[in-house]
Amino acid sequence: MIALIALIKVIVLVLVILGTVAYLVLLERKVSAYMQDRIGPNRVGPKGLFQPFADILKLVLKEMIVPENANGFIHALAPVISITVALAALAVIPFGNYIVVGGQKISLMIAHVNIGVLYILAMSSLGVYGITLSGWASNNKYSLLGGLRSSAQMISYELSLGLSIIGVLMIDRTLQLDKIVQSQGAWLWNIVFQPIGFLVFVTAAFAETNRLPFDLPEAEPELVGGYHTEYSGMRWGLFFLSEYTNMIVSSALIVTLYFGGWSLPYVNYAAMMPNLAALLQVVTFLAKTGIVIFVFMWVRWTLPRFRYDQLMNVGWKIMLPLAILNLLGTGAVMLALK
Amino acid sequence: MGNNGDENRKREMNLWEKLYFPEILHGMGITLRAFFRPKFTRQYPEERWVPPPVFRGRPVLVVEDETGVERCVACGLCARVCPSLAIQVQAAETELDKERYPELFEINMLRCIFCGFCEEVCPEEAIIMSKDYELNFSDPKDAIYGKDRLLTPASHLSDRLAFLKQYR
Repeated sequence: MIALIALIKVIVLVLVILGTVAYLVLLERKVSAYMQDRIGPNRVGPKGLFQPFADILKLVLKEMIVPENANGFIHALAPVISITVALAALAVIPFGNYIVVGGQKISLMIAHVNIGVLYILAMSSLGVYGITLSGWASNNKYSLLGGLRSSAQMISYELSLGLSIIGVLMIDRTLQLDKIVQSQGAWLWNIVFQPIGFLVFVTAAFAETNRLPFDLPEAEPELVGGYHTEYSGMRWGLFFLSEYTNMIVSSALIVTLYFGGWSLPYVNYAAMMPNLAALLQVVTFLAKTGIVIFVFMWVRWTLPRFRYDQLMNVGWKIMLPLAILNLLGTGAVMLALK
Repeated sequence: MGNNGDENRKREMNLWEKLYFPEILHGMGITLRAFFRPKFTRQYPEERWVPPPVFRGRPVLVVEDETGVERCVACGLCARVCPSLAIQVQAAETELDKERYPELFEINMLRCIFCGFCEEVCPEEAIIMSKDYELNFSDPKDAIYGKDRLLTPASHLSDRLAFLKQYR
């Protein structure tokens, strides 16, 4: 029974996420268009709403070309690693508290893991493999450069990512994401106590998702697309999917850790009917995540790309010390208040 | 770093700028303003651009509205002046006052460069540039416009004819 419920949750979540990703692509194209005084795709269906289907159809029908001297197996494996890892990270995101079906409480997160935060960090670290292996297996200098950059970048930023989370963990005293949401309450979100940690975390999250201003592994002008230069058809599509899924995961994580997850000021969920409360929680969570996703896109179409040395400087000389200082400061304040 | 050119261009940033985040927010403000600005996109097949009279589109032959006869007297000046040799004229005699008319008048629109020399040189104001800019062919043979497609009533070209009057 538990396994069945978990399976249903997984299937629903994966379908919803993949559908959302398709529409995020449309949203990104629209956002970029509006920021560049254009209108964006508006031909397929009303206001261009069916554009994602056209895009997906095109991707599925396209030929998947494998370069002659590429390592075929790893070349095929890399995008699968990317998308698997990206989707797996969603397992511990609490979309709401719980729903009641037939007198049974069903939690609105897939896996109740004691170490949810660590699990997400682990999964996002694994994401490097997809990119690095694809760069290496393509047997193309640009892809290899993209893969190398990606590994360097993601390893450097993982440190500040992890360190900035520790501040939150110290305040909430748990690694479970749903407990973190509950301990934040309606008002006192962690961003109030951890503004510096928040900035470090968001910056590192941008780097982890390989999006501008940190999209060095792709870097179209210099690396012709970087790690996915030699990918076409649905294999390329999988990389695309995983990029947007990563964006969803990062946004959901930012919301969970710093913006109180599904909690809403002035709303007392405990006084409501459980299922109504759950619906409101999911809507709240998705709305908050949507806003953060919009900020991701907004930043992408605003900022230029970092140079490689600048990236390393920011990562090691600014972000890491800042994260450690934040950690020390949090500790000192907590000790003083004790 | 690079030593090419003016060293003074490298301005020291103040602390506010070095903090980086305020400047990012500043930039995001700019893009957000652009987000809500009116857009200039013209929805082409639905909204078509109507060019002003100065526009030099596809050259056409003017037909008088009253008589239904083309103005052209087949002098061949346009064919002579055409820098890309796009025009071919064959004259024939007619009972009308003008005595000559073009039996065959062909413009190869793949050769035409829309320079307007034919219009300038024409003594009868018989070949003028229209506003038609939507030219497409699926076969090079379709690109050779004969009299059937070139003859246009003067009433449809009043804008351009009035414009040309200013320079006579």
